[in-house]
Amino acid sequence: MDSKISIKDLSKSYGDVQALKGINLDIESGELFGLIGPDGAGKTSLFRLLATLLLPDSGSATLCGFDMVKEYKPIRNILGYMPGRFSLYQDLSVLENLNFFATVFDTRIEDNMEMIRDIWLQIEPFKHRLAGKLSGGMKQKLALCCALIHQPKILLLDEPTTGVDVVSRSEFWQMLKSLKAKGVTIIVATPYMDEANLCERVALMQDGEILSLNTPAGIISDFGRDLYAIQGKDIYQLLLDLRTYPHANSVFPFGQSIHYTDKRDAISPSELKDYLISKGQYDIEISKITAGIEDCFMALSQQNKVQA
Amino acid sequence: MNTDQKVISVRNLTKKFGAFTANDSLSFDVYKGEIFGFLGANGAGKTTAMKILCGLSYPTSGEIMVAGLDVYKQREELKKNIGYMSQKFSLYEDLTVFENIRFYAGIYGMSSKEIKAKSDDLLQKLGLVHARNKRIGELPLGWKQKLAFSVAIFHNPEIVFLDEPTGGVDPVTRRQFWDLIYEASRNGITIFVTTHYMDEAEYCNRISIMVDGRIDALDTPERLKKQFEAKDMDEVFLKLARKSNYQE
Repeated sequence: MDSKISIKDLSKSYGDVQALKGINLDIESGELFGLIGPDGAGKTSLFRLLATLLLPDSGSATLCGFDMVKEYKPIRNILGYMPGRFSLYQDLSVLENLNFFATVFDTRIEDNMEMIRDIWLQIEPFKHRLAGKLSGGMKQKLALCCALIHQPKILLLDEPTTGVDVVSRSEFWQMLKSLKAKGVTIIVATPYMDEANLCERVALMQDGEILSLNTPAGIISDFGRDLYAIQGKDIYQLLLDLRTYPHANSVFPFGQSIHYTDKRDAISPSELKDYLISKGQYDIEISKITAGIEDCFMALSQQNKVQA
Repeated sequence: MNTDQKVISVRNLTKKFGAFTANDSLSFDVYKGEIFGFLGANGAGKTTAMKILCGLSYPTSGEIMVAGLDVYKQREELKKNIGYMSQKFSLYEDLTVFENIRFYAGIYGMSSKEIKAKSDDLLQKLGLVHARNKRIGELPLGWKQKLAFSVAIFHNPEIVFLDEPTGGVDPVTRRQFWDLIYEASRNGITIFVTTHYMDEAEYCNRISIMVDGRIDALDTPERLKKQFEAKDMDEVFLKLARKSNYQE
């Protein structure tokens, strides 16, 4: 059975706030798709619409061919949804939570063990512990089991890795890969730009709009400008000096270096270096680098603001 | 790090909860104006240590001085010399921008006159003059965080503790936030920051990484990457944290 998602001109407002501004998006069966964007981008609104928990102001969407508004009942059976906030019953045990969700979908844990086994084995040692007493990483694994217990065709994950440490994050993405191998269509929302590279395609979102829709490699190749990493002894002063350079197009700190683009098409790094030396900088290193998703996101969001 | 003046000095800090050792003989120094990153997996013991440094909890043993004050005997004095901000708790949503500033500054004993003058300067600098009488709940997240940081250093503390300050903010705003941190550091305020963003760790002058209640690594980001033959801090962190014995 195909498990595509097709979204057309979808809009949603809350009073004066336009949460989604005419979203168009097609997601293929079995795709691992990322919604990348900060708080307020519209990721959660989009999920709540797709999960048939909200009605759109305008536009439409189909999931596995079912209309989001008219055929919400069959959608609820084929959809697994893991909301952003931990939404399990804190005062039920791990096993009781899983059993509850299985029962709601009129099924049994035993009949679906194949689907969740890899994840379940990691939390099984704590199956009698109250869900509220689990660590962040464990809660997230339990929530994923509960979202999968009825063997959904489509899985919506709203910021599953926010506030979780690097180790648990990396384990979580491993689990998503093996779920993808089982043919589940997965949409995962994240504010972590670096996680874009773990998806097949991503939509970069901000303020209710899609800034760019492509493969991670495609987004990077669309960056379209020469990008330089500049290092020096005093990063903060370097930042201030670069901002006052008349040819500077963008100047963003990235940890121990500063990412710089110029207004001109071609630049000579030595000229830039001379300028910085004239400002009293020393030990300057300038190297041309490939843009990352975060560079692309910032460039696109600045462009978008200028146009708006 | 501009001076070798120690602002935090920790020797053999141990904290036990019953049979569980949350902090196991930590020793480190933080210098004036330094941006110090305090990293570790969930459950590694960061929050426990941070509470002790803020004078909110007693250590089981160890010698700990913060801003020249003893964490056993001078806790009230200590609290006046530090600032604190976290994403979870910072400003009161149902008070206005100015009410929040006045409330926090008042707690730290600043006079009304001083508060008035300094808050005008601050709102000017942050471009928030028009929002002076708006409730915090109406402001975008990015503005809130910049304001929360500015309020945390409003009384000009020696050290400001930032507990996961920038989660969820867009990348441009996050960088504006780091601008404020750089500026504070240049003005001599020491920054002690915990974060889950490993790329953010690279903004710090030095980083410590906690595993199972101990500090397993402490150095500049550059040298840590070399030491662990890692391309970025993510990899350093993974290599260290995977050694963890921590079991729920």
